[in-house]
Amino acid sequence: MADLTRLHAHEMAALLRSGEVSSRQLTEAHLAVAERQNRALNAWLVIYRADALAQADAADKRIAEARHAGAAALSALHPLCGVPIGLKDLVSVKGGQATAGSKILKGYVAPFDSTVTARLREAGAVILGKTNMDEFAMGSSTEHSAYGPTANPWDLSRVPGGSSGGSAAAVASFHAPVSIGTDTGGSIRQPASLCGIVGLKPTYGRVSRYGIVAFASSLDQIGPFARDSRDAALLLHAVSGRDERDATSAPEPVPPELLGLPADDDEAASYLKGKRIALPREYFVEGMEPGVAARVREAVAAIEQAGARVEEVSLPHTDYGLATYYIIAPAECSSNLARFDGVKYGLNDRSSGEFIEDYLRTRGAGFGPEVKRRIMLGTYALSAGYYDAYYLKAQKVRTLIKSDFDAVWTAGFDAICAPCSPTVAFPMGAKMNDPVSMYLSDACTLPVNMAGLPGMSIPAGLSDGLPVGLQIIGAPWSELSMLRLARGYEAITARATWRDLDPAELTLTDDPNTPSPIERKERLAGASAAGSGGQA
Amino acid sequence: MASLTRADVEHVAHLARLGLTEEELARLEGQLNHILDQYAILATLDTEHIPPTAQTIELANILREDVVQPSLSVDAALSNAPERSESGHFVVPAILGGGDGA
Repeated sequence: MADLTRLHAHEMAALLRSGEVSSRQLTEAHLAVAERQNRALNAWLVIYRADALAQADAADKRIAEARHAGAAALSALHPLCGVPIGLKDLVSVKGGQATAGSKILKGYVAPFDSTVTARLREAGAVILGKTNMDEFAMGSSTEHSAYGPTANPWDLSRVPGGSSGGSAAAVASFHAPVSIGTDTGGSIRQPASLCGIVGLKPTYGRVSRYGIVAFASSLDQIGPFARDSRDAALLLHAVSGRDERDATSAPEPVPPELLGLPADDDEAASYLKGKRIALPREYFVEGMEPGVAARVREAVAAIEQAGARVEEVSLPHTDYGLATYYIIAPAECSSNLARFDGVKYGLNDRSSGEFIEDYLRTRGAGFGPEVKRRIMLGTYALSAGYYDAYYLKAQKVRTLIKSDFDAVWTAGFDAICAPCSPTVAFPMGAKMNDPVSMYLSDACTLPVNMAGLPGMSIPAGLSDGLPVGLQIIGAPWSELSMLRLARGYEAITARATWRDLDPAELTLTDDPNTPSPIERKERLAGASAAGSGGQA
Repeated sequence: MASLTRADVEHVAHLARLGLTEEELARLEGQLNHILDQYAILATLDTEHIPPTAQTIELANILREDVVQPSLSVDAALSNAPERSESGHFVVPAILGGGDGA
């Protein structure tokens, strides 16, 4: 059989049911490539070989029993039964680690499964391991991981985006057909864009967050990465829905049609006819690379050519998004991360014999620079005398940003199409000394979180050999329509030459002489120290 | 323009219970002021009559029947504790008779 790692999840589902391939074969194939290439990519923080194979065998048993029981039992199995998956390392898997990319959670062992984990187990998906991320999901490059950066398989000297960079790089590198990420300001969509895959941030409330390490609770959502829209839909279906353990999960029905996005390109393309697409002029931001803007406009033109009606619109408060987000998200994080006190779990330093000093030492040693920066910002914005000027003001502007989107839905548009990341993948180290330039990576994605809307990034071609993402933004609970739109775009560009290209430096990851991302980072640090005369 | 002084940065760090080195404090003073400068744009918007948004979905008062449901065992809940007592509690440093009383 051809290389099993090149299959989409929906193709695996068909082969598993017909008995042409087993979950053990699929799992072995993906484990082998993930283990071989991880040194050069650092996409995985841990790979659970033995557990994964046991889950694969259990899935094979379920499939065999269902086949024996008849067609109805076979079709009742979730399409992800037996399909390998990666989870961002902030998703609790009972008995496994959940570092959230932080030293403060090193050695922590999750005593329970998250709801997402439980639902994936119920579906029969095979958990291969946990993926790298910016510490506590704060960052846009995965360079803020305490366990070293992740490399982008399109160019190993560049970042995969973040914070879910490990999950994105793993799927782009064929280590798994699908993976789970989280998105607070763009942490699924931006890495999907930079790695050339599909990433979807669902409507706030769509997926339960029970058992997920929290960052900013009014913004965080969990969602899928995949190499096409059909697979993203399958994974969204598996994890969505109301959960009594998360009061913010909504009692919104999960559309069964997510399991049936059209396989046929003509049928998929016909969905685009008559759809009304809004193109927000403010999203072509200052500093956007011309190649990115060009690919996005070409993608929108292709959708228009296929029968959609595209109209330019204004989202007038877009420019206020960055400042608003960087008050609200740090404020919520400063509160959420207060729990890391060295008492219940995680790193602890009790050497001072004095409890306040113990907190200071534990948290000072356990958190990295970006997390400290955000806790400081958030604590300041919430502190006496500044609450009205910063936090309350930001919440009011949040209302205005949300109203901008509401007006688009009221005007009858089906979706918004926009750029996702203003740039293609940038070189490691390029933005590490300038937090504001890093924050600008999410200028086009974070308004969507503030409005609680679903958003996704889909591949729309290359600029200078690096992937560009098209962002699709929908009204609340419209994920199915967005995925149909994405599937339509895939259909009309099915023959585009860029669709056949592998990530340009993927083959280098098999070469033992290729430096690891950690070595690259050390070289960069050495070069910058030499450049500044060697002064510390 | 924002003007967070070194003393302000130290005060906020203490409120946040972050023990920071001299170098970290110095770097944060510059970075935080630079970030706060970006917030200035918000002052140009008149929001006097705009209500604040704290969350985006219209859910309120999620209730359930008040019945006992399975939850983590004491052992599982304490499994990551740096220090636990034999009677099943987290052991914490003494908070009376020490500390700065803050």
